[in-house]
Amino acid sequence: MSEQQRLLTVENLRVTFDIMPRNAWPWTLPQPLKAVNNVSFTLNEGETLGIVGESGCGKSTLARAIMGMVPSQAGKVVWLGEDLRGLNLKQLRKRRQRLQMVFQDPLASLSPRMTVGDIIAEPLRTHYPDIKGAELREKVDAIMDRVGLHPHQKNRYPHEFSGGQCQRVGIARALILEPKLIICDEPVSALDVSVQAQVINLLKNLQRDMGLSLIFIAHDLSVVKHISDRVMVLYLGNVAENAPRAELFANPRHPYTQALMAAVPIPDPERERAKPPAELEGDLPSPMNPPSGCVFRTRCPLATDYCSREVPVLEDKTGAGHWVACHYVERQES
Amino acid sequence: MFFSDKHAGMGELADTLAEDAYTEGRSLWRDARRRFMNHRAAVASLVVLALLLLFAAFGQYLSPWDNESIDWASLPNLDEDGLPSLASQHYFGLDPIGRDLYQRTVQGSRISLMVGVLGALTAVVIGTLYGAISGYVGGRTDAIMMRTLEVLSAFPFMFLVIVLMAVFGRNVLLIFVAIGAVSWLNMARIVRGQTLSLKRKEYIEAAMSVGVHPFLIVLRHIVPNVLGVVIVYATLLVPEMILFESFISFLGLGVSEPYTSWGALISEGADAMWTAPWTLIFPMLMLVLTLFCFNFLGDGLRDALDPKDR
Amino acid sequence: MAMLEVNNLEVAFDTPDGTLQAVRGLSYQLEAGQTLGIVGESGAGKSQGVFALMGLLPDNARVNGEVIFEGEPLLNLPEKRMNQIRAARIGMIFQDPMTSLNPFMKVSDQLIEVLVQHKGISRKQALQESLQMLEAVRIPEARNRIHCYPHEFSGGMRQRVMIAMSLLCRPRLLIADEPTTALDVTVQAQVMDLLQELQQEFNTAIILITHDLGVVAGSCDQTLVMYGGQMMEFAATRDLFRDPSHPYTKGLMGAIPRIDEQMDELVTIPGNPPNLMNLPPGCPFCDRCPVAEPRCYHELDPPERFGAERIRVCNLPREAIR
Repeated sequence: MSEQQRLLTVENLRVTFDIMPRNAWPWTLPQPLKAVNNVSFTLNEGETLGIVGESGCGKSTLARAIMGMVPSQAGKVVWLGEDLRGLNLKQLRKRRQRLQMVFQDPLASLSPRMTVGDIIAEPLRTHYPDIKGAELREKVDAIMDRVGLHPHQKNRYPHEFSGGQCQRVGIARALILEPKLIICDEPVSALDVSVQAQVINLLKNLQRDMGLSLIFIAHDLSVVKHISDRVMVLYLGNVAENAPRAELFANPRHPYTQALMAAVPIPDPERERAKPPAELEGDLPSPMNPPSGCVFRTRCPLATDYCSREVPVLEDKTGAGHWVACHYVERQES
Repeated sequence: MFFSDKHAGMGELADTLAEDAYTEGRSLWRDARRRFMNHRAAVASLVVLALLLLFAAFGQYLSPWDNESIDWASLPNLDEDGLPSLASQHYFGLDPIGRDLYQRTVQGSRISLMVGVLGALTAVVIGTLYGAISGYVGGRTDAIMMRTLEVLSAFPFMFLVIVLMAVFGRNVLLIFVAIGAVSWLNMARIVRGQTLSLKRKEYIEAAMSVGVHPFLIVLRHIVPNVLGVVIVYATLLVPEMILFESFISFLGLGVSEPYTSWGALISEGADAMWTAPWTLIFPMLMLVLTLFCFNFLGDGLRDALDPKDR
Repeated sequence: MAMLEVNNLEVAFDTPDGTLQAVRGLSYQLEAGQTLGIVGESGAGKSQGVFALMGLLPDNARVNGEVIFEGEPLLNLPEKRMNQIRAARIGMIFQDPMTSLNPFMKVSDQLIEVLVQHKGISRKQALQESLQMLEAVRIPEARNRIHCYPHEFSGGMRQRVMIAMSLLCRPRLLIADEPTTALDVTVQAQVMDLLQELQQEFNTAIILITHDLGVVAGSCDQTLVMYGGQMMEFAATRDLFRDPSHPYTKGLMGAIPRIDEQMDELVTIPGNPPNLMNLPPGCPFCDRCPVAEPRCYHELDPPERFGAERIRVCNLPREAIR
């Protein structure tokens, strides 16, 4: 693992939506909703980055901002050496060949009145209009086989398939252009447990066989643990922690990460009942009105006055690639 | 281990179907057709409308008369000889100036149905494209397009039609123009609404992420999925068009002789209502029957194409 | 005698496309103050099974079998009697708190309505009791927030309001249908803790429906595993996890990624969830089961009881599963 090519560098990305408050007069200025606030990370070739967070943390918005499907206000998205934010729509569409996405709701992400074969073929038709007829069919067949679907089902419609199969269609569609990176936005959340495992295994195998990089977004820490090389934890649009997988789970340093891990139910009665009661009080604050300073301070057991004044900086104190944004990192026992 | 299935991705070769050949999909349209067939009134209406179409197209061959010539023989004694009878082969009787009403009704059906269907078709094509583009592009373009639409809607079209007729004479083509100008407005608004809600669906996002050109997204993804609503609305638009044309004709501004339409016939029939009621009854029945049928058809289509099942 | 006894419950739906068998042969018992977890994936019939208890199934449902609640048969009771039982003796919490609370009514009105209807007390008294209950479920500033509308609460808060509403009449049994599935995991942990506290305080029995084995492990005394409408296994939770006796249970446990362990590859159950319109006459799991025999498609042996009140429904003997 010597010289890995740096695929993606995101620097201080900010995405803000302007929301009209409810019951407001038409002339009131819209209020900003900071969906993604100063997020930075890097991704190397062949790596899987897991992005974890609860609702409102901005993970889906982040994914769409990287793809350019949602406008961002500040920061850089450097893909293969080029800042995507500076490109116009036409150029961006061309870049999308190498950068594909798999969506959360398997059925909803497939056009209901197109056959599965057409859906999978669409990316090829868009970017390589010269490929037609038998050659096109062969490619579609090959990719369907790869993801575990019968090629002879290509004339069926999405609603005739189960959730797991639909997701395979989505993956096939993302794969057919042989991208370098696939961003998976909660790809297994809507699936049954037994089918989740199939799709997760499939993604892992594909990654290994095709040298893919993945950004895997999920709210389920156990799934993320299983598939990622690095894990990034988001809270209310900010990065809380970013570390290699083994390190993060062995040694979580941000109070939110610790609370998140403690909250995940373990399918083992002895261990689960031995856990102390959840110490995280309250609900997530509204992203329209985030707390000043550190956004986590309203629920953090370590919070002090200082936390409400100063925003913590994402730093790698040990130099081991373990980034944490907390004023009191040193205070914790590992 | 118990469940050792290393290539779980390939593992469900068993669960799919037993057929070897390429299986044809069961598209949503097929499901809709099945549901439609269960709606008796709609199917009956479809049959009746088909018969009506045959009547309009070929009905003229069933009678030796034609729609222009006057039956001089019966003219002196119109009140008695003009009655509908199978013997004289004036199935619908004679109109006030002695022409065969049956043939005239056939002629009128042709014009009315043509106007209705073509008018609805114009509305569909123009309205769908306008609404889909406006809804999909959004932003300022949408705002401009919608404001234009609203201005056009506010136009008193009756007056426009009357003025056009007065200036350019009673031209069949002009009627189409006038009707077309009115009909697409509501369709555009409906399609725009549908487009706005479809725009947020994940498969549109997926198409964007693949890099499909926006115009192709509209054509390939949005239009097929608004067609359901469009079809239903179009079938309900046809009676509107026919009525509109009838109204113009009733006012005397519609098609000119020797062409006629249901509206014109009804207008003439209304004048002769007391002396020769059949001159009113037959065209009126045709009109009412058609309107009923299209409405039932629209009902059936709406149930069949229920968006819940999309 | 157990507080709740279910014997051979069957639920089928008459649809234009044929008969949909949602539940068959469901039998279990629940003692007062205990928690039963019903686990299964989509199509397992877990929700339909409890809707049948509450008489909440649609008109095209056909229910067979026997349900006895505190000595009284529950199925096919007249609606009037059922209304008396609902909320007062059996409470229910649904999955999506946004759609189970009336968005047009203030929370206070909804809570008061329950109390006035079932306990016949005055509105003023009902308000007092409602406030107490909201405080018990730890809604901050309950005094003010009780007069808010549901959309002004967050998801976790709304679910607590639902819990409060269901416990107002101190029911003997509380049915929770996937109460935390729509919630974030940190909020889920809080809500589950809360449920357990309240259960101890009010001595309510709980039937908890979920697809999450972790949640079951943490809060249920007994667990019932369902697949394709059929009961697969029933045991004390500890026994079930330590020593699953059914191929489906084993498969499910192997397929879940765990946060406390490192697994190289998830062991999967091949195939897709069952098609309820087209179930095999025997075991619904046979087409995905690694140890299925040809006869499993055609017939399924009656439930086998063994150990400390354990039940399993499988054609193969226990030893073959190990």
